[in-house]
Amino acid sequence: MFIHTIAKPNAGKERKMASKYSNITVKGFRRENGRVGVRNHVLILPVDDISNAACEAVANNVKGTMAIPHAYGRLQFGEDLEVHFRTMIGTGSNANVHSVVVIGIEPDWTKRIADGIRETGKEVAEFSIEQKGDFETIRAASWAAKDFVHKATEVQREECSISELWVSTKCGESDTTTGLGSCPTVGNMYDKLLPEGITGFFGETSEITGAEHICQKRAINEEVGGRWYKMWKAYQDDVIFAHQTDDLSDSQPTKGNILGGLTTIEEKALGNLEKIGRTSQYIDILDPAEQPNSGKGLYFMDSSSAAAECVTLMAAGGAVIHTFPTGQGNVVGNPIVPVIKITANPRTVRTMGEHIDVDVSGILRRDQTIDEAGDALIDMIRRTANGRNTAAEALGHREFSMTKLYRSA
Amino acid sequence: MSNIPHLLVHDHEDNVGVVVVEGLTAGTEMFCCVTHDNSTFTLTAGADVPIGHKIALKDLKDGDTAVKYGEDIGKIIADIPKGGHVHTHNCKTKRW
Repeated sequence: MFIHTIAKPNAGKERKMASKYSNITVKGFRRENGRVGVRNHVLILPVDDISNAACEAVANNVKGTMAIPHAYGRLQFGEDLEVHFRTMIGTGSNANVHSVVVIGIEPDWTKRIADGIRETGKEVAEFSIEQKGDFETIRAASWAAKDFVHKATEVQREECSISELWVSTKCGESDTTTGLGSCPTVGNMYDKLLPEGITGFFGETSEITGAEHICQKRAINEEVGGRWYKMWKAYQDDVIFAHQTDDLSDSQPTKGNILGGLTTIEEKALGNLEKIGRTSQYIDILDPAEQPNSGKGLYFMDSSSAAAECVTLMAAGGAVIHTFPTGQGNVVGNPIVPVIKITANPRTVRTMGEHIDVDVSGILRRDQTIDEAGDALIDMIRRTANGRNTAAEALGHREFSMTKLYRSA
Repeated sequence: MSNIPHLLVHDHEDNVGVVVVEGLTAGTEMFCCVTHDNSTFTLTAGADVPIGHKIALKDLKDGDTAVKYGEDIGKIIADIPKGGHVHTHNCKTKRW
């Protein structure tokens, strides 16, 4: 399942030419499966909503751990349940995570998630609450969590190539400045780093509406583009038209988008697609929370356009850094993945500066080029990978939102 | 670029541009820039238009297509004079 990214002796021969980005290194955490993380979390992961309290109690007992409570995990079935398992297993498997304590109400699904994470080679301890109660579960899980914290805090960062990073993107509270500045900045970064061998993720199925003809052509070949279009069309038919009110105008563009000057879904989608730059092509399509298995390159993940849901799915897919262009100022973060905020809107820089990591408003003043902005973002990715906390991390934004496909039983 | 632009236009085919300064008032002689090749022109703002909102680069008629990024972004649903504010009150997607 996992792609080993340890450099092979002849890896250099595959490259046409070394660029100024080839030699950028970061201090990361190399995991048992070869993947590179940039954070070193000990997670306390609830299988289901009713195990949140026990997880939060363990995280309170043992400093240096983090519980990630969520709303679901009971009486789901079919593909909706598969997305739940993929999200749970993927989150625990993420290279930003050192080790995981899994707690569920009953042993079976708990074991399924714990075993899924164990495939990465990292340490996992599992506990279930039935026939023990919260007290006994919390006691036993706290001992395991404490042991993991001691081990995690002894792990040293080591030098890794920037090409070993998995970097995702999704924009939020977009306005017309995102299409002019912050999205092209991310696109420029991908155009520069994808040829170096990073793995990238973009998605937001609903927000491509209006630019689907362009997105389909950005596939590496017609077969992949055809599968992409089928996926997008299924979303239109099964979700949008099946649950249609009058039109999409009340949610796409959002009220925030409209305040920011975006008028139509087409205008929003064209700005959104600037995130994949001029030359980047996607090599495959992922289901929500699915891990890439077609090698290095850019992937489209079928995903919600809601910020926290989308970042959560991409983190479960394995992204270790998220680049987030915003116009009007979306403040989202993620528990395990540092979210780098980029804006070109000078008003947002002025009024919401504490949320912004990369200010590219110079693009609007024409005193900064997209090329310079892309380099500034790459430098912020390097610094974030080395350990710099992002604005979202410093402000405690840990939004973890599970994607739900349909009603539970 | 020596002057800071008031309005940016993505592409030469576009018939709308984006206000990129705060507090733009009607009557301002706007310095405009096409980002595709950094070519410049001037245009008088016909209204107070907030940052991020669009301005018509020429007279637009009901039924015309709004063009941005060189692409169709929707239909004009009310006449808009050159320099006027273009938004949800006079421009709409063709999809729904």
